[in-house]
Amino acid sequence: MRGSSKPTWAFPSVVQMLRVEGLVAGYGPTDCLMGVSLEVRAGEIVALLGANGAGKTTTLMTISGLVPPRAGHIRFEERSLVGLPPEQIVALGISHVPEGRRILPRLTVLENLELGAYLRTDRQAVRHELDRALSLFPILAARQGQLAGTLSGGEQQMLAIARGLMARPKLLLLDEPSLGLAPKMVVMIFETIRRISRDGITLLLVEQNAYLSLQIAHRGYVLETGRIVLTDRADRLAQNPQVKAAYLGG
Amino acid sequence: MNSFELLLQQLANGLTLGAIYALIALGYTMVYGVVQLINFAHGEIFIAGAYAALTVILMLSGLALPWWAVLGLCTAGAVLGCGALGWGIERLAYRPIRRAPRLNAFITAIGMSFFLQNALMLIFGATDRQFPTLIPLVRWQLGGVTLTLIQLVIWAASGALMIGLQGLVMSTTLGKAMRATSQDLVACALLGIPVNRVIAITFMIGSMLAAVGGLLFGLYYNTINFHDGYLVGLKAFTAAVLGGIGNMPGAMVGGILLGLLEGLGAGYLSAQWKNVFAFAILVVLLLFKPRGLFGERVAERA
Repeated sequence: MRGSSKPTWAFPSVVQMLRVEGLVAGYGPTDCLMGVSLEVRAGEIVALLGANGAGKTTTLMTISGLVPPRAGHIRFEERSLVGLPPEQIVALGISHVPEGRRILPRLTVLENLELGAYLRTDRQAVRHELDRALSLFPILAARQGQLAGTLSGGEQQMLAIARGLMARPKLLLLDEPSLGLAPKMVVMIFETIRRISRDGITLLLVEQNAYLSLQIAHRGYVLETGRIVLTDRADRLAQNPQVKAAYLGG
Repeated sequence: MNSFELLLQQLANGLTLGAIYALIALGYTMVYGVVQLINFAHGEIFIAGAYAALTVILMLSGLALPWWAVLGLCTAGAVLGCGALGWGIERLAYRPIRRAPRLNAFITAIGMSFFLQNALMLIFGATDRQFPTLIPLVRWQLGGVTLTLIQLVIWAASGALMIGLQGLVMSTTLGKAMRATSQDLVACALLGIPVNRVIAITFMIGSMLAAVGGLLFGLYYNTINFHDGYLVGLKAFTAAVLGGIGNMPGAMVGGILLGLLEGLGAGYLSAQWKNVFAFAILVVLLLFKPRGLFGERVAERA
């Protein structure tokens, strides 16, 4: 996959889209995030790496407004997201495809997709988005009327991504899209992420598959117990001895 | 009256009662569906609907309006009043503890039930209140079976509401959002569905159906008491469990089934023991089908 579409100059733009600064958040008495700072520029794919429990999912959940930050700033296109309810954050242009897919099992594939566009009122454009989502994942077109719970794991992941795109986001947060999928499906999902990026959508990607995510990402951050410990261009991170030892199997 | 006519008569009476149970049971099951909470105050909302309708009727009594106008206005009063009550209960009592352990929600719901019971008693008195007949006393003799206009009104009203509700839930965006919210609150929030609003609307719709149930109950029995909320509410809850809590068609079938069985029990065995039949049926059914007739899932989710 290397080199096929990613330019070596790595930075497609310098227009800042998302900026997280000194973010502290957690559940109950403990803080999972202890001052996370990162930024995503328009057009980028940014990978967020880290071990289980490092705080990757919490970071995304806080950006989406599901976990209230205890300190720090989140700015999206110069607007503060702190304190906004999740639906307003979606309306501003951030879609979050959560870990474990969380498709709605007792709704049909089509109903799942329609709910992805819940906040949109432009029916014509939604229709167009639906066609695009279905052409991105032809298997979903064939299964439109089926209950989403009957799909295979890979198909559910495709549905979750397609549903996230239905809101027509500027920024897509992807949490572990390849987790638990067969190797062939993993490759397919990563191909799709690249296609989404080429369509002009910016991505913040949380992945346990550090090898593949650094292949497609422009830049990356390494999160350890609630703190960013390393950040660099993706190709340099892939060569970093620490990263190699911890996330790339030596 | 021969034995076949007695059977038909008891079925007609049971169907009337069952239609009212079904309207109330829908509220229990819808609310359980979206927030996994048994709203024990729902029975009080039901009887509050009857009191609200009665209040409107008494206010209009001097105006000499035709009966159908009074019926329309008192329906509106009951529905709007209970809709607001349901919304308020959710907003003030249940939303703040939505993420708390289940036991807290359980105790809050019971507390809310007692609170409303006592509030209703203080406002409307502890004794039975006369509920005007309102609908003309038309009766038809079909063989040995007697049907009244009020029975037909009850069947038609609850039938129409249940069909309308099914349409709302199955084919509107709001309905889709309600079904989605009952499956995964977090996923819905991430899709931009305003889950708090969807939950509040669900409470309101359930309360409005209960309000109509309360009005029909008053019209049918002609006397209401604040205690009725507790007993009828408990039976409608039984009906919802019978059909499978969280399942809307289940609540409708469960309500009607319970009404029919109660009617038959009252006709063939003993009218004094009819409440015992209702709960005995529940116990027996749950022994064999713990999830109710149509239940897909029980409260496994934490």
